Amino acid sequence: MSDQDEDIILKDLDDNELVAQMQDDLYDGMIPEVTEGTQILLDRGWDANMVLNDALVEGMRIVGEDFRDGILFVPEVLQSANAMKGGMGLLRPILANSSVNSSVGTFVIGTVKGDIHDIGKNLVGMMLEGAGFEVVDLGINTDVDQFLHAIDEHDPAILGMSALLTTTMPYMGVVIEELDKRDMLKDLPVMVGGAPLNQEFADAINAHTYGRDAAMSSELAKAIVGKNR
Amino acid sequence: MSGRANISAQGNRLLVLACGAIAKELVQLKSMLGVEFDLQCLPAGYHNTPQNIVPDMKAILDARGDEYDRILIGYGDCGTGGGLDRLLETYPKATRLPGAHCYAFFAGLPEFDAMMQEELGSFFLTDYLALHFETLIWKGMGLDRYPDLLGMYFANYKRVVYLAQTDDAAITAKAKAAADKLGLDFERRDTGYGLLYDDLKTFIESAKGEPAHV
Repeated sequence: MSDQDEDIILKDLDDNELVAQMQDDLYDGMIPEVTEGTQILLDRGWDANMVLNDALVEGMRIVGEDFRDGILFVPEVLQSANAMKGGMGLLRPILANSSVNSSVGTFVIGTVKGDIHDIGKNLVGMMLEGAGFEVVDLGINTDVDQFLHAIDEHDPAILGMSALLTTTMPYMGVVIEELDKRDMLKDLPVMVGGAPLNQEFADAINAHTYGRDAAMSSELAKAIVGKNR
Repeated sequence: MSGRANISAQGNRLLVLACGAIAKELVQLKSMLGVEFDLQCLPAGYHNTPQNIVPDMKAILDARGDEYDRILIGYGDCGTGGGLDRLLETYPKATRLPGAHCYAFFAGLPEFDAMMQEELGSFFLTDYLALHFETLIWKGMGLDRYPDLLGMYFANYKRVVYLAQTDDAAITAKAKAAADKLGLDFERRDTGYGLLYDDLKTFIESAKGEPAHV
């Protein structure tokens, strides 16, 4: 994103410049720089939530928009996600111990049965974590019983399901049907996402919400629980 | 391709509108079967960007559909999430190959399902994908620029299954090298042209029973 050739000394930047630079570095997938910027802001007394939202989440929102507009592609988005992970590594323990960081809710998420693709799910999980959700990740190849068990155990605010394959996405409907049979849908919004999905499919299987991409899924999840950090 | 449709031996105008990744196989089958049809292909690179398939297919069908009596769509669902089938509902002259993707129609539908049952973490290569692994998979997924993404992409995969259309030691070696590069086990299965052969033959023969174009 930046065209500057000369090395930028992050610690010499003022707060606004540093945040802007971190967003650029996140966009460019520069893991050490984003990690260093995160540490500098913390050292300057920034609240961990502010670092997370102003630098990392905002940076990923820009990445998400450019992905949606065809400016960035999957490899670049994954590099950006890895850079965010670098910053999150520093912030996570602070956020976990912070009294002001009460979770906005639990989000149970999994890739559905028959599907081993988890890149999108992991991106969504990271963005949700950034948005203040406690994320319970059931991993890949998750069947209806595993979803039901996790719902019983964690009482989530939202259930999320992901699929990459046209052949596996109908299984989301199987899970939703089972939740409906148990009269659980009225209390448990279900969000679905994945590359081959669209709003039409989400509507057809009676999903509450279609998460078009990771950043949008996070925004929609916050709207569902009615809380913004 | 010329602007005028070729006419088959039966007088029908037939078009096969296919993924570039099976173009070579279709040309070979055309020769093997001794049949006449026009062939137009969409870029094989749409393997990585399936969202381009439906709009491009629609543009071609709108522009050229009237020139033909029957059209075979040389695609499975191919990551369109049912979008290709929804499109084809509005083009009654067009039918597509069975299955979710070329792996399924080369291997056979039950055979493909069995392979997935056997190992969910199967990554498939065809002759085309083995030959063009570096361009389409390695570079296409950005692994040339970001090799550290290999784990993110392939951590859940266990094996490469090379579905061989031909008995070619050089292609097999390329498929094996691809598996090694991905750090996965390697298996080779002879599939030949599978359902591509059967469905192309059926497509040609079913057109025989129809009134010839006047």
